[in-house]
This record gives sequence, C-alpha cells and structure tokens, in this order.
Amino acid sequence: MLGPNGAGKSTLFGLLTRLFTPRAGGIFVAGHDLARNPYAALQLIGVVFQQPTIDLDLTVRRNLLYFAALHGLAGRRAEMRVTAVLERLGMAERAGERAGALNGGHRRRMEIARALIHRPSVLLLDEPTVGLDAAARVAIVDHVHRLAAEDRLTVLWATHLVDEIRPPDRLVILHRGRVLDTGEAGEIGGGDLSGRFIALTGAHS
Amino acid sequence: MNVAPDRDAFAPHRPEVLNVVDADDLDGDVRRKAAHALSHRAAVALGAILKREALRFLGQRGRLLAALVRPLVWLIVFAAGFRAALGLSITPPYQTYITYEIYITPGLVGMILLFNGMQSSLSLVYDREMGSMRLLLTAPPPRWWLLACKLVAGSLISVLQAYVFLAVAAAWGIRFTLGGYLAAFPAIMLAALMVGALGLVLSSFIRQLENFAGVMNFVIFPVFFLSSALYPLWKMAEASPRLRDICAVNPFTHAVELIRFALHAKSEPLALAVTIVALAVFGAGAIWGYDPARELAGRKIQ
Repeated sequence: MLGPNGAGKSTLFGLLTRLFTPRAGGIFVAGHDLARNPYAALQLIGVVFQQPTIDLDLTVRRNLLYFAALHGLAGRRAEMRVTAVLERLGMAERAGERAGALNGGHRRRMEIARALIHRPSVLLLDEPTVGLDAAARVAIVDHVHRLAAEDRLTVLWATHLVDEIRPPDRLVILHRGRVLDTGEAGEIGGGDLSGRFIALTGAHS
Repeated sequence: MNVAPDRDAFAPHRPEVLNVVDADDLDGDVRRKAAHALSHRAAVALGAILKREALRFLGQRGRLLAALVRPLVWLIVFAAGFRAALGLSITPPYQTYITYEIYITPGLVGMILLFNGMQSSLSLVYDREMGSMRLLLTAPPPRWWLLACKLVAGSLISVLQAYVFLAVAAAWGIRFTLGGYLAAFPAIMLAALMVGALGLVLSSFIRQLENFAGVMNFVIFPVFFLSSALYPLWKMAEASPRLRDICAVNPFTHAVELIRFALHAKSEPLALAVTIVALAVFGAGAIWGYDPARELAGRKIQ
C-alpha cells in the first residue's frame, strides 16, 4: 500500500487492529468479522506498528514471551515458537540481549519476529523501515518479501517509499483516504512507478 | 486481507472460537477444547501482565523507596508535631485513647495506594506514548479483561508497598494485632483496586505525559486532604460542617475507614459498600474510556 503522508495509512491500521472501530462498514479478516468476533480475527493478525513497541529494559526473549502470552502461548510451546521465529528472522543469537542494546534494524526484525509468534495468516506492517539506514531497509524489505513467498503469508505493507515495492507486488495507491489505483505494481507504474505515483497524487491534491 | 465476507459460508454454524486453537495439538472434542483454551489463554495473559509489571517494578527500586519515604516522613515528622496539637476522642473503632500515629497510619496506607494508583495511571500514559499500550490493546483477549489484568497487577504492587510500610511502622512502634494485619489484606486490596480504577479512568482521558502534574494537583491532593486520612470527620465538622460533608462523600474516606477498621479487626459495612460501588463505577468508566468504538480513545492511542 503506497500513499503519501496523511493518506490514511495509519488510520487504516488502527481500524484493522481494532484500536478503534469504523463508524460505518465492516472489516473481515480471513472470513472473521472484526466487530462480531474480534478474538478470532485478531488471532489471525500479526502487526508491526510504525512506532516501536518494545520494552527496552527486557531481553529480546522476554519481550517475545510477553507477547506470546498475550496470545495465550506459554511454557515450552512459547519457548519453541520464540526460538523458531528468531531463527526465521536471523536473530537467534540475539535472544539473550537487552532489547535496548539492539540497533534500529534489529529492533524492527525483532518486532517482525514477534508478530509471527502466534502464526498469523495476515502480517500488517505500517511503514516498518522508517528511521532505518539503507542497508537495514533493504534487509527488512527482503525478509518480508521472502516471508510472503515462502510462508504464503498475506502481507500488507504500508509505505510512502516507492523503492520498497517490487514489480510483481500487488499495489494499492492511497491518497487522502481514497484508493486511486490498484493492481500489480509493474502494470501500474510501467517503468516509472515513482513518476506515476507523483502524477496520481499530484492530480488529486 | 479478505475484504469480502463470503468465506464465512464455509462454517456458518461453528463457533468461530475454534480458530484460536492450533491444529497441531488438537485431537478429540474440539469444541470443548476450544472453550477450555479460551479461559486458559485469558489466564496466560493475566500471568504475563503480572510478570511484566513485577519485572518493571523490580527494575525501578527507586519507586519502592519513594513510595515508602513519603508516608514515613508524614508518620514520623508530621504526626509527632500534630500529636500535641490534636486531641482525639474515643470513636469507633478505637476503644481507648490512641496516639495520633495510630490514627494516621491507615490514612498513610491510603496515601501509598493513591500515589501508586496514580503512578500506574502515569505509566499507562507513558505506555501509550511508547506504544506498548497499543501492543496490549491489539491483543486478542477482550479489552475489559486486559484492563482488569493491568488493574490487578498494579494493585498487588500497591498492597506489597502498603505492607512494607506497615512493617516499618511496626518497627517504629506502631503495631496492630496479627488479626488486624490479616483482615487488612482484603481491605487494602479493595482500596487499591478502587483508586487504581480511578487511575485507569484518568489515563484514558489524559492526552500527554506533561499533563500529569496537573492531575497530581487536581486529583491526589484534594482526594487525600478532603478525607478522613489525616483528621477524623468530627474534627473536620468543628472547622466547617460543609467540609465534613465533602469528606463524607469522598470515596477515598471510605477506603481509608475500611482499612482503619480492618487494621483493628473490625468491619465497616458502609465503607465496604461505598468502596465497592466506587470500584464498580470507576471500572465501568475505564472500560468506557478505552472502548474502541469511541473513536477519540483510539486516536489518542495512535
């Protein structure tokens, strides 16, 4: 999902995660009505918010175990899941480190790992590369594309940065709360997605 | 993200809760296991929230110290000075003349609970700015349950601090009976829940951390001073009947009286009733304040 600042991306994430509820209309997550059956719907969502949500004083492992428990996972099963997701994101050797000691890229990776603990079928990421350096950005973009391809995870990635989008990605362009275009990124943009994006959003402001 | 609701058609009559159970450890009665899993999950979430608050509390040893120093200064300095100025008559639960230190101790326990309740409220506002509140509120268990877990965790920490204070006071010579100390536990816990729930309500309305100083001035001080924590109500009435009436309707007065009677191993039905009702009202207020349907609440969390 591509949109400039103020497009409504974060508001959409608030709605999708039931931080607040829509005044009209409904939201269905893999068939579950978020209003009628929030437990089942939220159980299927893994989310990485734009702003980091980490206990910096606790270790990476403790952070993940706390989150696992909020999703009803405890004991050995939680331990195994935590180990598994950290390995998946290449973070296994950092499990014992204090979260505050990690750099920005690793914190983000830890948050993505955390969002996968309860094996969601939908992963939501709200501008996950904000504030990261170029190398860390590329690494995160790669990781998440691999998750979508290999684990058949549905990913909703919000961004205002065109270079995070690959031609085969399905794309929605959002501007001021309205969908301007939708389809495969390669088809929408042709050779120049950036130019197309600017032209589209410029024409509507 | 599937926007179309048509997938519902796959299992229209099955309880959707089934989906919360992992396929990998299910065999036998799926439905019963699902119901069991739900309550199990709620308990796991409670355990995790208690553990996190405990870890955080242990990480901030200064907090325990500050929470203790304040009432101890009152007890040792303020009470000593006032003992001479204030004559106390024999009113229930007291059966004999008591020193002012004995009178003020339950009030100071109440002070610990009040400050701690506000501190938890502050940490909620802080959590919201730091985003961990978002993590909590987007977790699958119902919001009222998550808030209740937070409330219980904060209250248990308050009770712990109250007993450490009572222990120090006992070392200073202010002692109650063993029965009193035991009876005080449910009273202190209930009072802690009540002021904690008040803190929750406030935290749902305070936008920013900076406004917290205002809360201190406008909530803690009136609530504490307009109560029976420092002076008995009849003493207040001598000064001004209106002041006495204000103190008499303050729920904090009743929380303090509940603790006072309990410390003397006695019960006070009116104080108990008022404290429970106040807890119910503040609890409902907190659930309302954090209701996702109130768009404002969500935007603030954002």
